[in-house]
Amino acid sequence: MIAVAAGPNRIDPYVIPALDGVAYGLLVFVAAAGLVFCFGVANILNLAHGMLYAIGGYTAAALLDGGWASLALALGVGVLAAAAAGVLLAGLLTPVATGNHLTQALLTFGVALAGGSLLVAGFGPDDPQVLVPAALDGSVAVAGHRYAAYRLVFIVVAAALAAGLYLTVRRTRAGMLVRAAVDDPEMVACLGVSPTRIRVGVLAAGGALAGAAGVLGAPIIGPGADTADTVLLLSLVVVVLGGLGSMGGTLLAALAIGEIQTLGVALLPSAAPFLLFAAMAAVLAVRARGLAPRWAAA
Amino acid sequence: MIRRVRLAVATVVLAGLVVVPWVVDDYTAAILARTLALGLVGVSVALLTGVAGMPTLGQTAPYAAGAYASAVLGSQVSDVGVVQVAVAALAGATLAAVTLPLIVPARGVIVLMITLAIGELAVTVLGRWRSVTGGTDGLAGITPVRPLWGLPVLATDQARYLYTLAVVATLVGAVLLLLRTRVGPLLRAGRDDEMRLRASGHRVGLYLSGAHVAAGAIAGAAGSLLVVAQQYISPADFGFDTSALLLLGVVIGGTASIGGALVGAALVIAVRDWLFGVLPGHAPLVLGALFVATVYLLPTGVTRVRRPRGGSRPPIPAPRQPAATPTRDRGPTPELRV
Repeated sequence: MIAVAAGPNRIDPYVIPALDGVAYGLLVFVAAAGLVFCFGVANILNLAHGMLYAIGGYTAAALLDGGWASLALALGVGVLAAAAAGVLLAGLLTPVATGNHLTQALLTFGVALAGGSLLVAGFGPDDPQVLVPAALDGSVAVAGHRYAAYRLVFIVVAAALAAGLYLTVRRTRAGMLVRAAVDDPEMVACLGVSPTRIRVGVLAAGGALAGAAGVLGAPIIGPGADTADTVLLLSLVVVVLGGLGSMGGTLLAALAIGEIQTLGVALLPSAAPFLLFAAMAAVLAVRARGLAPRWAAA
Repeated sequence: MIRRVRLAVATVVLAGLVVVPWVVDDYTAAILARTLALGLVGVSVALLTGVAGMPTLGQTAPYAAGAYASAVLGSQVSDVGVVQVAVAALAGATLAAVTLPLIVPARGVIVLMITLAIGELAVTVLGRWRSVTGGTDGLAGITPVRPLWGLPVLATDQARYLYTLAVVATLVGAVLLLLRTRVGPLLRAGRDDEMRLRASGHRVGLYLSGAHVAAGAIAGAAGSLLVVAQQYISPADFGFDTSALLLLGVVIGGTASIGGALVGAALVIAVRDWLFGVLPGHAPLVLGALFVATVYLLPTGVTRVRRPRGGSRPPIPAPRQPAATPTRDRGPTPELRV
């Protein structure tokens, strides 16, 4: 789960973990953004979110063969499959859409349990090997250190994805509807946009984001039996740390988690198990009033 | 009348549970003891979710804290079961108290989310803190306990089951008695109309904190019982699916009912154990389908709780209240208070 590159250098052991932290954080950001959408817009605690990431991860493991074409194919298939799973989830949620959140959470958990079982049945119980494109399989020199080329490219791609997400939410009509639905769902319904359509769209978009993160991040958080749990946990901690107020907060929280999981573990190996707990406590100590005001404003 | 029927049913069930170990084999008795321990965790979930209105997916955290405290610390302090239960309850309550600042300001589905994160983090810690917890291999070779000073050690599955039953019955009885004092109405009032309770000078945050710490202590005590019943613990006992199963059991039992929670949790755990026995490999698939089916079959999303005076809430979420309620996320989620 913790990806620390074992470079041959011994000069400065912390540059590589720090860079890894950025890659890890951006991955967690893309994955968590889908959860934030579902929760912030459709008001659904989607416990199957980790499974949507796992769908992308398994697709990558099954389709990647070391060529560029296979990467494009895997990305397309993974995003579509995860988005379709999101739509399916929205369909299952329709009968209980007016029910309470407890039943919605239980329903999505049931879907996660069944879906995870199907994934393991389909792809086997062992963690599959993921082949990155051959051109990116080596390492490059970064400030005198060797660093995995794929991760460097991943940082660029994920940053572009994050920027694209930001622009979509800020500048497009769909993004405006999403923000409006967060602020005042009834008014959006009055404008003639069906809440069901918003729910389906948001779950599909969340699924697509998770699927994209799953395919691109497969070499970092690989597909396996506990991938879904890991991704769900990290996404939840991002939401708890970053609140739902802004994408900036989500990004900062995700990067902080990435650094904690890589640089923090390299610096303080003995305290590694408690670092995420400590981060949650520290953020809450700073925000003395707790998270509720920000969430109420979300 | 209803109370009398209920009392009669409870007496019959309790009598049946006492007789059970002489009827079934050792293996079933051990499984039943573990189910009882999980039922006690279900009671703590019901206390938070149904009575206090804080839906939780993280009671496995104090449960795990209690289990490991009992196995690691308690066995060094004493081999008396009651002492170990006390140590475990203290550990559970301490963990609950530490996480209070995270939970008490939040309401509704956000509590669900934060408690889920806490529960998952607790399992992660258990898996990595090898020197104390034995990592994912778990802790085996737990020394047998004696229930009270001067009694013989619990050597058989029957004895361990009866010990578990006695502790569970005592603690559930204590919870029921406690809820019949002023505590019960105050917690329910906070759940149904926090603003009003606040306005009449009650410190709702304090009550919720008390409920959370108490629920942590109960779950911790259940952890000690699990150690006795199972004689082996590992992080897998405290996973996220355990939390979800317990929550489902509590929802089936009618969230606000302590007895219902015990029955519902035991039922769900029994179904899981049975499924894993008959369908090795495909049990999670069937279990997931059962989750979905149960949610559909539940009447109107389980709103058995009496509404506050003045009738039902409007079906559409009430408009967000102005800044007067900074700590209360009631606007978009009124139907959340199960």
